[in-house]
Amino acid sequence: MAKKMTPEQADAYWKRNVSLMVKLMVVWFVVSYGCGIMLFEPLNQIQLGGYKLGFWFAQQGSIYVFVALIFYYTRKMAALDREFGVDED
Amino acid sequence: MDLQTLTYIVVGATFTLYIGIAIWARAGSTKDFYVAGGGIHPVQNGMATAADWMSAASFISMAGLIALSYGGYGGSVFLMGWTGGYVILAMLLAPYLRKYGKFTVPEFIGDRFYSNSARAVAVICLIICSVTYVIGQMKGVGVAFSRFLEVDYDTGLYVGMTIVFFYAVLGGMKGITYTQIAQYCVLILAYTIPAMFISLQLTGNPLPQLGLGSTLVGTDVYLLDRLDQVVMELGFKEYTTNVRLSGLNMFAYTLSLMIGTAGLPHVIIRFFTVPKVKDARSSAGWALVFIAILYTTAPAVAGMARLNFMQTIEPEPGQYLAYEERPQWFKNWETTGLLQYEDKNGDGLIQYSADPETNEMVKVDNDIMVLANPEIAKLPNWVIALVAAGGLAAALSTAAGLLLAISSAISHDLLKGMIAPNISEKAELNASRIAMAVAIAGAGYLGLNPPGFAAGTVALAFGLAASSIFPALMMGIFSKGITKEGAIAGMVGGIGVTLLYVFQHKGIMFIPGTAFLGDMPANWFMGIEPNAFGVVGAIVNFGVAIGVSKMTAEPPQEVQELVESIRIPAGAEAAVDH
Repeated sequence: MAKKMTPEQADAYWKRNVSLMVKLMVVWFVVSYGCGIMLFEPLNQIQLGGYKLGFWFAQQGSIYVFVALIFYYTRKMAALDREFGVDED
Repeated sequence: MDLQTLTYIVVGATFTLYIGIAIWARAGSTKDFYVAGGGIHPVQNGMATAADWMSAASFISMAGLIALSYGGYGGSVFLMGWTGGYVILAMLLAPYLRKYGKFTVPEFIGDRFYSNSARAVAVICLIICSVTYVIGQMKGVGVAFSRFLEVDYDTGLYVGMTIVFFYAVLGGMKGITYTQIAQYCVLILAYTIPAMFISLQLTGNPLPQLGLGSTLVGTDVYLLDRLDQVVMELGFKEYTTNVRLSGLNMFAYTLSLMIGTAGLPHVIIRFFTVPKVKDARSSAGWALVFIAILYTTAPAVAGMARLNFMQTIEPEPGQYLAYEERPQWFKNWETTGLLQYEDKNGDGLIQYSADPETNEMVKVDNDIMVLANPEIAKLPNWVIALVAAGGLAAALSTAAGLLLAISSAISHDLLKGMIAPNISEKAELNASRIAMAVAIAGAGYLGLNPPGFAAGTVALAFGLAASSIFPALMMGIFSKGITKEGAIAGMVGGIGVTLLYVFQHKGIMFIPGTAFLGDMPANWFMGIEPNAFGVVGAIVNFGVAIGVSKMTAEPPQEVQELVESIRIPAGAEAAVDH
């Protein structure tokens, strides 16, 4: 049975969660809206095999990064849950 | 064995499997019916979510949308938009809604905003989104049957409804979950096998994701460079740089699809079926893995099928294919009306170009890119039969998920939550089965008599979910200060603005002639097309909700405690079973 957190601990836990989330959402934004749309033209000057890089981010790369982001978040949050004693095991 | 028989055998085998699962996975309680008992493994739920998510549109139409309607790069809005929403779900919504631990999306909105009116508004938004979405799936079922099995559209729809009836009414979420897992396996094989063959033929690399970036067999020319060159010779815009209207429009479109994804109730409720909060997080990741397999293959199918198609019609620049010598697949798809040729200059040759004056391929339907792909690549008949089963699996799995979202909103939110709170568990289970049967019949009716707005429905559903449900859920979790008045005004304002914008450009309820502002870029707000407008509706929703909340009394103490409790994982296993 997980122990009960004090309001201060709950607050600290939530702040750590939100700050992790904000960092990852920045990456989410940069790979899709940044590399895939706004920086599309300059990135297209670079080739990745037969792909122009901006096109690759828009149709391939951003999706791979999305997957990685979720699993990274899952791992980091599992560690955070354990640190604060609020994990479910 | 001829193709027709083989297709019947493959489709029949998959349907037998779904019915078998229906009999095995019957629901014994409301918890089984609404959340599959709450004990689904996160990887299994990821697979079910992927099937729930990937509709007939993803399977049959998306590659063609990218390759033809959106001309290449512009189609990236679908690829990023329909995957990036899972990052939002995994971090901003799913874990907290799982911790809250009840059965439906409106139920959370009703509790968090301490108001049955908020719950009722959420039910209405849910039904508007889900019904617009389900019509497209019913059409997909009918179309898949009529194209592959040559039964007529109506008969196909009845068969599809009967299959869904079996597992959705008997098993509720439990039956739907296990059939969706089977349907995922069918649809992903049906999508990737032809794609791998084509990639191998064109580039020598069996992985389509790498093939699209490789050189063409026997040359040192990159596939994408050749594709750019071929489309430009015919007067189309360069494939890899063809922006959809404007950068801002693509930005708004992608964001609308992402937050729409995160706000679609039939996707969110899938995360109520896993045992723990951390499972909800990882399950979103698994769902995206399974979705990404198709979504990273689709752009390769788009590019390769388009190149194959154009090189068949015009093998060398200026050397046109004679209509009399057209291949068998061309004839097959002409009879279905997906391809249409008109010899405008009377020379008996097929001239395909971007110029409507001289273009003789007067109809090249988007769906042709996936449906005709195996035939264009001369793949064996069993692959073609598998594509038929895959298209049906994609349509049925999404339809079932949507129908569950609709029927649980009726039996759990409207009946149990508002009209008759004292009914027994057994009565509610019966009511949920009846609601499901009625929802199937209603969806079938709309599939048989598609209303005028059916053409644009799937894209519209995203805009509506983005502008109504997503902001309410996000503010409910991330702010303790949003009041019931704020949430209700926000949802009504958000969905209202989005509907108004769509109706003024596309017609009221899409009825031709009722659009009071023409559907053209000059009349669009900042050049944003109606399908991309959900994000503006969402901004209105956030703004109105925050503004109204500042003017109304702050939420009661127990609501603020509810918000604190859903933010912390421990205790989710003791979810309220009621």
